[in-house]
Amino acid sequence: MLHDHSLTVLRDMLRRREISSTELTRHCLDRVAQYSDLNAFITVDESGAMSAAAAADAQLARGESGLLTGVPIAHKDIFCTKGVLTTCGSKMLENFISPYDATVVECFDQAGSVIIGKTNMDEFAMGSSNETSFFGSVKNPWDPDRVPGGSSGGSAAAVAAYLVAGATGTDTGGSIRQPAAFCGLTGLKPSYGRVSRYGMIAFASSLDQGGPIARSAEDAALMLQCMAGFDPLDSTSMNASTPDLATLLGTEVRGLKLGLPKEFFDESVDGQVLEKVRDSLAVFERLGATLVDVSLPNSAAGIPCYYVIAPAEASSNLSRFDGVRFGHRSENADELLDLYENSRAEGFGEEVKRRILIGTYALSAGYYDAYYLKAQKIRRVIAQDFASAFEQCDVIVGPTSPTTAFPIGAKTQDPVAMYLNDIFTNTVNLAGLPGLSIPCGFDAAGLPVGLQLIGKFMDEASLLSAAHQLQQETDWHQRMPAGY
Amino acid sequence: MLPFLQFPPSRKTVSISEKDVLRVAHLARIRVSKDELGRYQEGLSGILSLVEQMHDCNTDGVEPMAHPQDIQLRLREDQVTESDRRDAMQESAPKVGEGLYLVPRVIE
Repeated sequence: MLHDHSLTVLRDMLRRREISSTELTRHCLDRVAQYSDLNAFITVDESGAMSAAAAADAQLARGESGLLTGVPIAHKDIFCTKGVLTTCGSKMLENFISPYDATVVECFDQAGSVIIGKTNMDEFAMGSSNETSFFGSVKNPWDPDRVPGGSSGGSAAAVAAYLVAGATGTDTGGSIRQPAAFCGLTGLKPSYGRVSRYGMIAFASSLDQGGPIARSAEDAALMLQCMAGFDPLDSTSMNASTPDLATLLGTEVRGLKLGLPKEFFDESVDGQVLEKVRDSLAVFERLGATLVDVSLPNSAAGIPCYYVIAPAEASSNLSRFDGVRFGHRSENADELLDLYENSRAEGFGEEVKRRILIGTYALSAGYYDAYYLKAQKIRRVIAQDFASAFEQCDVIVGPTSPTTAFPIGAKTQDPVAMYLNDIFTNTVNLAGLPGLSIPCGFDAAGLPVGLQLIGKFMDEASLLSAAHQLQQETDWHQRMPAGY
Repeated sequence: MLPFLQFPPSRKTVSISEKDVLRVAHLARIRVSKDELGRYQEGLSGILSLVEQMHDCNTDGVEPMAHPQDIQLRLREDQVTESDRRDAMQESAPKVGEGLYLVPRVIE
C-alpha cells in the first residue's frame, strides 16, 4: 500500500512520477479520516493540502523538484501557520489564526511538501502524555488504551499509524523523544540553535527545540535537512551549516565509542526496557562500536532543576496571553485586572496554570536565589557532567524513558509522577545537546521500547549515522501496529 | 518514584499555604476560585517538595548557567526591519476599534 513506504521512498517515487502527489495526499487524508478516533489531529487542512498537492504535481511535471516536493507531512500545532488555525492544544488559542508562518513551516513549504494538518499536543507542550490537550487525549496506535507520550503525541500517533510518513515536533524536556519511544518511532531533538524557534509558540525559550518525528533515521535526517539552518529571525539560531545527507547517515560506526552512564541503567528502570536497550547495544558492538562505562553523577538533580527553569521561563513567556492582543478574552470582566485574571483562568488548563504558578513562585521576591539561581547552577553542573563523559566517549546511550507507554489516566492525578517520565531526557535539554530516540524492541505487552542516543553539541551526524546503520541490521523501525 | 541510587532524595516536604497560592496567583494574573484553591495548594506543594531535592546537589563556586550556548547574543544593526502590519496583527485580536486594542475603562 502507498502508506507503507518511507518518506524518502515516497519522495523518490514522486520524483520518478510513479505516483502523483494528488493521489498520495488523497490517500493520506482518507486515512486521517478513517482513523480519526486516534484524535491525532486538531486541524485537517484538506483544501490546502489538495491544492498544494496539485501545485507539486505541476512542478514535478515540469521536471522540477525541491527536497520534499509533493510529500505529505503534518505539523505539531505549536508551529504558527498563516491562515490555518494554530491552537497549541489550548482553549486560549482555540480560534487563533496566525498572521505569519513559523520558519520551520516556511522551510517545508519551500521544500515543496504538502501539509495535511496540525497535530494534537499537550497544552502549550506541557505534559508527557498528551492528556493536557484542550482537544482531548490521543490514543497510542500500539494500544488504544495507552498514551502516545507527549507533548508531541499527535505527531507521534499520526506517524505510528502511517497517516503521514513524517511530522514535526518540539522538545523542551523530552517531548519529541518520549513520544517517539512510546510509539516505536525515530525522533530527533537537535542541538539547541540548530532549528529556528521563530513562530514556534514559546514554552521555555532556553530549552525549546523543534525536530522531526519519522519512522527511520534516514527519514529524520531528510526532515532535519529541511528544517535546520541559520535564521536571522531567531536570535539564538546557530550560524552553522547543516551537514549533508551523506554525512548525517554515513559517519562511520566502526570505532565509535558509546558511553553507558551507570545512572541510566539503574535498577529502578523497567527490566524489559533495559533488556531491549542492551540487545541493541550488542548490535552496535557487532557493527564495530565499543561500549564504555561513564557516569553522569548529577542526573537525578535534572528533574528538580528542570521543574524550576522550565516553569520560570513559561511564566514569563505565557504572560503575553492577556485577553487583549490575541487569544481567549473573558466575557466576564468589568475592570482591566478582571480581564487579565479571568481570561487567563478561563483560557489556560490546570497543568499550564500549575506551571505558571510554580514559575511565578520561583521568581518571586525572596525566593529567586533559593530556586531559580540554584537551578541555574545545577544546570551548569549537569552540562559539565556531560562534557566530562564525552571525554571518554562519542555518543551516550541509554533508555529514552524508564517505562513503555502507560495507560491513559494512570498519572493524571499526580503531576510529580508524570514529571519523572522525563528523567533521561530533560538533562539533554538543560545542556542544549542533540538527542535521538529510536525503536529497539518491544516489551511482553507488545509495546515499543526506545533507545536514546545523546551526542556532543552540533553532532547530530553521529547519532543519525549510528541509528541508520543499526536500522540496516534490524527491523524494529519497520514494525507496524495491528489494524493500520 | 524513580530516584537514582547515588542521589538520596530529600526527605523534606514543603507545604505552601492558601495565602501563598493566592499571592502567586495574583502575581501571575490568574483567578483561582475557592474550589480550586485546595487542588493548587496540593499540586504546588508536591512540586516544591520535588524541587527541594535540588539542595542535595552541591553547587559551591558554580557559576549559574542561563543558556545552553555560553556565547553573547547576536546583535544587529539598529535599523527598522519591520513594516507596518497593524491590520494583519489586529485580525487575531478579540476586540479592536479604530486600530486600537480595546480594554475595560481604566481612567474615569
